[in-house]
Amino acid sequence: MGSHEDRDGDTAPRRYSDTTLRVNGKPHTLSVDHRRVLLDVLREDLDLWGAKKGCDHGQCGACTVLVDGRRLNSCLLLAVALDGCEVTTVEGLAGDGEELHPLQRAFLDRDAFQCGYCTPGQICSALGAITEAAAGHPSRVTDPAAPSGEPVRLDKGEIRERLSGNLCRCGAYPRIVEAVEDVIP
Amino acid sequence: MASVPTVLGAPAERREGLEKVTGTARYAAEQPRPGRLFARPVPAAIARGRVTGVETAAALAVPGVRAVLTHENAPRLVEPDDATLAVLQDARVPHRGWFVALVVADTAEAARAGAAAVRVAYDAEDHDVTLTAAHPASYVPEEVGGGYPARAEHGEPEEVFGSSAVRVDVAYRVPPLHNHPMEPHASTAHWDGERLTVHTSSQGSTVVRATLAQLFGLPEERITVVAEHVGGGFGSKGTPRPDVVLAVMATRHTGRPVTVALPRRMLPAVVGHRAPTLHRIRLGAAPDGSLTSVLHEVTTHTSRVKEFVEQAAMPARVMYAAPHSRTLHRVVPLDVPSPSWMRAPGEAPGMYALESAMDELAGELGIDPVELRVLNEPDREPDSGKPFSSRHLVECLREGARRFGWSRRDPRPGSHREGPLLVGSGVAAATYPVQVSPSTAEARALPDGGFLVRVNATDIGTGARTVLAQVAADALGAPLDRVRIEVGSSDLPSAPLAGGSSGTASWGWSVHEACTRLTERLAVHAGPLPGDGISAHADTTGTADTDSPWARHAFGAHFAEVAVDTVTGEVRVRRLLGVYAAGHILNARTARSQFVGAMTMGLGMALTEGSTMDAAFGDFTEADLAAYHVPAHADVPEIEAHWIDEHDPHLNPMGSKGIGEIGIVGTPAAIGNAVHHATGSRLRELPLTPDRVLTALREGRTRGR
Repeated sequence: MGSHEDRDGDTAPRRYSDTTLRVNGKPHTLSVDHRRVLLDVLREDLDLWGAKKGCDHGQCGACTVLVDGRRLNSCLLLAVALDGCEVTTVEGLAGDGEELHPLQRAFLDRDAFQCGYCTPGQICSALGAITEAAAGHPSRVTDPAAPSGEPVRLDKGEIRERLSGNLCRCGAYPRIVEAVEDVIP
Repeated sequence: MASVPTVLGAPAERREGLEKVTGTARYAAEQPRPGRLFARPVPAAIARGRVTGVETAAALAVPGVRAVLTHENAPRLVEPDDATLAVLQDARVPHRGWFVALVVADTAEAARAGAAAVRVAYDAEDHDVTLTAAHPASYVPEEVGGGYPARAEHGEPEEVFGSSAVRVDVAYRVPPLHNHPMEPHASTAHWDGERLTVHTSSQGSTVVRATLAQLFGLPEERITVVAEHVGGGFGSKGTPRPDVVLAVMATRHTGRPVTVALPRRMLPAVVGHRAPTLHRIRLGAAPDGSLTSVLHEVTTHTSRVKEFVEQAAMPARVMYAAPHSRTLHRVVPLDVPSPSWMRAPGEAPGMYALESAMDELAGELGIDPVELRVLNEPDREPDSGKPFSSRHLVECLREGARRFGWSRRDPRPGSHREGPLLVGSGVAAATYPVQVSPSTAEARALPDGGFLVRVNATDIGTGARTVLAQVAADALGAPLDRVRIEVGSSDLPSAPLAGGSSGTASWGWSVHEACTRLTERLAVHAGPLPGDGISAHADTTGTADTDSPWARHAFGAHFAEVAVDTVTGEVRVRRLLGVYAAGHILNARTARSQFVGAMTMGLGMALTEGSTMDAAFGDFTEADLAAYHVPAHADVPEIEAHWIDEHDPHLNPMGSKGIGEIGIVGTPAAIGNAVHHATGSRLRELPLTPDRVLTALREGRTRGR
C-alpha cells in the first residue's frame, strides 16, 4: 500500500493511501481518502451505482455487497482497510455472457421490488445468506438440534430471519422471500 | 412481455425492472458530472430562537471545502408559498433541525468535516413541543389537509349520544410517524449556460419546476427537473423539500454541479412527518346495533412555520350511517418540525381510532364486528348525502371473512391459548377517497408501427410506466410491446404528482384521451406516416377536475391474526388479509404489490413504528432507522391481497380508483382488534410494543378478568 503526503507538509498526517481492490473481477488501484467508505468508492470513484446509500450507518442494508464472498454493509467499511479484497456488487453478479443472475431473474418474475432502491442490497444479501446456510451457519431460527456444520435448509422462516438486515419500505418482503426460494439449489 | 390479449388488468412486468435488478437505474444523487460538489446542511441545535452568529472560518479551512452558505450570504429567494422552503433566508430557528448553514465541498467527506466545523451561536428561547388534548393554544382551523372543512355536524350528536342505549366513549393516540423512504431525499443541480437542470427525488417534477421558477425568479422554460427513478416517497416527496432549494442555491453560488443528499437522521425534521393525533370517539347505538350518534374529535399539532392539519376525522364522514354526528379537528401550533403528508393522511390514523372503537362497540353489543359494520352500511355518503358511485364494503367484509375463516372464530377474548401465546383475530374496514387532477399527455404514432407516449408521470415504485403503457395500448388497440413510454421529466407534457392515490387516474385519463384522439387521426390519415409520425395531445383540465355528483371512495376490509407472547409482550402477526373494492384493477401484478406493501406499512404502524417528541430537547428521539423501526423481513408473514373488480362508470375512462394508500388504512385497527381478541386487553395507543402489552396484560390480570 503506497501513500501520499499531505499537501500541508511532511509532518501532517496522511489523508490518502493507495488501495487496490478487485471489483467484479477487475483490479482497481485508487488513492483513497482515509475517511472514504467502500460504498462511496464504488459509487463515486468506480461509477458503480448499484449499491445504494439508504442510511450510511449500517441500519438498512441497501449498500450490501459481497467482500471476499461475505455479505457486508459497504457503508461501514473504510475502503483503505480493504486493500487486496475481492468485491462483488450487483453489477457483477451475472455470469459471462448472461444478462441476469438467476436471482435477478427471480426478482423480476416475482415482482419482488417496487421503488428498487433496496433491491441491489436485497439481492447481494440473499446470495450471501445462501452461501452462509450452505456452509452450515445457523441463524436464530435454526433448529438447535440440527447437526453442527451441516448445510441449513432455507425455508421461509430462515430466509426472513437472515434477510432482516435489509429493509424494504415498499413492503416487497413476501415476494423477495419467494424469489429467494426460487433459486435455492 | 409479448403482446397481451387483454391489456388493462393484465399482470404486465415492470418496464424498468431490468435496470432496478441490475443496479443501473439512476436516482437523484447518482448523477456524476465533472466538477460536481457535495453539500451538507447544518441543522439547528436549539428548538426555538435565533441564530446570532455563524463562525465559518474553521469550516472553510477544511481541505476541500469550497463555501459555507448561511442566512447572511445565501442567495435570496422570492418568498415561497410553502414556508418550509425559505431556507437560509433569516436568523429565525422555528424548530430543532431547521437548516442554518450549508457546507459545499469537493467530496462528501470534506462536506461532512466542514459541517462539523461550523460553529453556530444562538439566542435560545423557551420552547413548547408537547401536544395535549387540553392545550390552551388549540384552535379549530378553517380547513384541514385535503382542503376539507375542519368541522361537520349533523343533528344533535351530544344529546343523542347521551341518551343512547349503548355507548362507547374512548380515547386513542397515534404517535408521530416518519415516511422514511429507502432513498433519502436528494437533489443534484447544475447549470448549462442559462439552463438549470435538477435531478431530484420527488413524487412530481412539474411542481418542483414551478416552485423553483418562483423561488429563484427563473422562467419555467429554462428549468428541467428530472425524477426518473425515485426510491419511494409515501408523501414526503410530494412537494419540494429543502434539499432541492439548497442544491440550486449552491450551484448558483459556486457555478458548479452540486448534490445535496440529506443524511437519514436529518429527514424527520425537514421532510414532514405524520403528526401525532389524539382521538376522542363516542359511538352511541341502539340495542340492535344501529348507530345513533358518532362523534370523532381529533387534536393534532402543527409547526410555527405553517399550518398542516392531519384530517383524521374525515373517514367518519364516509363510513357509517348515523343520524347524528360530529367530526371535528383541533390543532396546536408548537415548536416542532412541520408535519406533512404520509401515506393515507387522515385515513390511516383516523380509521385506526374509528375501527378500534367500532370493535369496542361490537363487544359492548355482543354483535360480531363484521355484522356490526354490515348493519350500519349507509345508503348515501353520510356527510354529503351524495350517492356512492360504487361501494362494496359489505362484499369486501364477506369475502374477507370467507377467505380468512372468520366463522370458525370463538368470539370470546382470551379464549385461544398456545402455551405462553395468546392467539386472536381482528377485523377492520378501510376507505380512501377517489382523487384525480387534470393532466396533459402526448401520444405519437411512429412510421415503424410503434407508438410513443409522453407524460410527466413519476414512478415512485408504483409501476406507473407499466400501467400507463397498458392504458395507452388499450386505447390504441395496439400490442403492449409496441408502446414506448416516457415519464419522469418536466420537459414532458406536464402532469400532477404521484400522490393521494391519484396518479394513475390523473395521468391515465390524459394518456387515454391523447391515444383516443390519435386513433381518430390515424383513422382518417391516408398513406404512410411522415418521418416524425403523427401526434395527438390531451389536456384534461375541465374534465378530470369537474365536481362529481357522486361520492367516490375505495373500500376494503382487513383481517389479522396475531399471537401475543405473555412472557415477552411481543405481538407477532401470523396472517394478514385484505380485500379491496377499488374500481377496475389495471395491473394485477403491481397492484398486489402496492396493496401488500401498504399493509406492511400498516403492520409497522400497529406494532413497531412510533416517534417521540422529546419535551426537553424538542427533537424526535427516533430519527433514524436504528431507532425508528420500520418492519423487517422477520416481522412480515404471508400477506394476502384480493379484490372485487368493480365496474364504476363515474370515475375515469379506465374505471379505476387509487390503490396506493388504502392498504395501510385498516391494518392497524385489525391488528389492534386482534390483540384485544387474543388477550382481552384493549390498548389505545400505538404502537403496540412489548412494554405496553406487558403492562396491559398485568393490569388485566390484576383486574381478575
